[in-house]
Amino acid sequence: MDERYTYYPGCSLHATGIAYDKSMRAVFDKLGSNLAELDDWNCCGATAYMSVQKTVAFAVSARNLALAELAGDDVVAPCSACYYALKHTREGIADDPELRAQVEAALAEGGLEADFTVEVRHPLEVLLTDIGIPRLVAAQTNSLEEFRPACYYGCQIVRPFGAVEEDPELPMSMENLFTALGARPVDYPPKVRCCGGMLVATMPDVATDLSMDLVDWAIAREANCIVTVCPLCQSNLDLINVTKGTNGKSHQLPVLYFTQLIGLAIGCTPEEVGMGHALIPTSAKAPPVRGEPLTIAGLREG
Amino acid sequence: MQTLDPLAGPIAPGVLSKTEQELRTAFLEEIERIPGGGRLNQCIQCGTCTASCPVSHAMDITPRQVIAMFRAGAIEELLESRTIWLCASCYHCTLRCPAQIQVTDLIYALKRIAIEEGIFPKRFPVHVMSETFTSNVKRYGRNYEVGLLLRYFLKTKPLGLFHRRRAGYALWRHGRIKLRPDKIRNIEQLQKIIAKAETFDLPQEKVAREKITAAVGYESIGR
Repeated sequence: MDERYTYYPGCSLHATGIAYDKSMRAVFDKLGSNLAELDDWNCCGATAYMSVQKTVAFAVSARNLALAELAGDDVVAPCSACYYALKHTREGIADDPELRAQVEAALAEGGLEADFTVEVRHPLEVLLTDIGIPRLVAAQTNSLEEFRPACYYGCQIVRPFGAVEEDPELPMSMENLFTALGARPVDYPPKVRCCGGMLVATMPDVATDLSMDLVDWAIAREANCIVTVCPLCQSNLDLINVTKGTNGKSHQLPVLYFTQLIGLAIGCTPEEVGMGHALIPTSAKAPPVRGEPLTIAGLREG
Repeated sequence: MQTLDPLAGPIAPGVLSKTEQELRTAFLEEIERIPGGGRLNQCIQCGTCTASCPVSHAMDITPRQVIAMFRAGAIEELLESRTIWLCASCYHCTLRCPAQIQVTDLIYALKRIAIEEGIFPKRFPVHVMSETFTSNVKRYGRNYEVGLLLRYFLKTKPLGLFHRRRAGYALWRHGRIKLRPDKIRNIEQLQKIIAKAETFDLPQEKVAREKITAAVGYESIGR
């Protein structure tokens, strides 16, 4: 197949979210799609830049869109904050001629120009729309029947720009995808609630409550893992595994990226999808045996 | 509908401080540049934003009250509240607002005004996180998580680093902490872009205003 995408990993995927980066590359590689990292990309600005300077926030983000336009393919941004920031920049500039003029003037200082026509997409939508469930199922080497994931979407790929066209209060795309791959996703009502985001650093008590609640819900619904689409959600929920609760014990619930689970199902090795970066041992020792139902160490019993 | 004389009685104190005047003007300038920002006056105080907010329980002023307080002319108090720095930008209020008010974007506008005017809640230096983040981006072109957190905690609450040692160690042990920042190749280009964009964001020269007699709420700013 010959899909081509411009890959915008974002800062997190080079550090705390490194497993997301590895699994993105592994999955697209396995499916034969070309994922070319945007050369010399800069930070998207995330939620922080918009709090300080508005036009600069748009201009910083717009440099990436201008560079991507030179490359020509759709931008794929796995991190929810990057997806939002790039999309917001694209849409904001389209809606506001004054802002557009200012951003164009700023880009011109750097010798760049842009039409802001390049599409910004999230890999979940790319995998569902361009690749499609039938092709993923056809590529499948191992069933996911041992998995009872709580599919967690979080905030910024759902609101305000839905990455996948579906009910923003009750998205079902991951459930549909993983059901097709043989998993048994649990009903998970808090799937679009906030994990606390950057409050984990600034207001840890508030953030830990939010993340802990999400993990408690998953356990109450008898999920044996959580599947996320965002590096900050993954870190926040995974850190609950090393945080002691009121009973002095910590939860032990694997928190995977959706790309890791897809990767394992289509025959990537645990190393290729970065299983070793999880904060509790979730890595299978050996590559999955073709045709055997897939499992990983650390899946919650019950 | 009964009309009240806005200048009479306790409803309208009638005198606005210079700061309050400036803040209102700055705030309105900001929100008018947000698509749909003018919809603020459509708020029916239904409280859907507060009910949808995952952190409203920890706020001293709820999102619904934020809009009410603006209309009551208490922006300085708003900027001194923890509320705007607690917003995690989850956009649930924006999604659900029946009047389509961009509540999250309004809170961003308040954050920018707070930073520009230097008005913050006492003993609550959360804004330092955003400022540290932007200085990282200016320097490296990318955000550097370790540097960001180290600088934030050293500037605000060094003990915070001690409390997070378990989390930090766990992340480090699993190869998720990068010890050196990534710097983009063409940092000069980005810095030029930022410098130019900043000229559009720099605070306007403030015109000294006399204390004026004005009604509270919209009339104070001419609408």
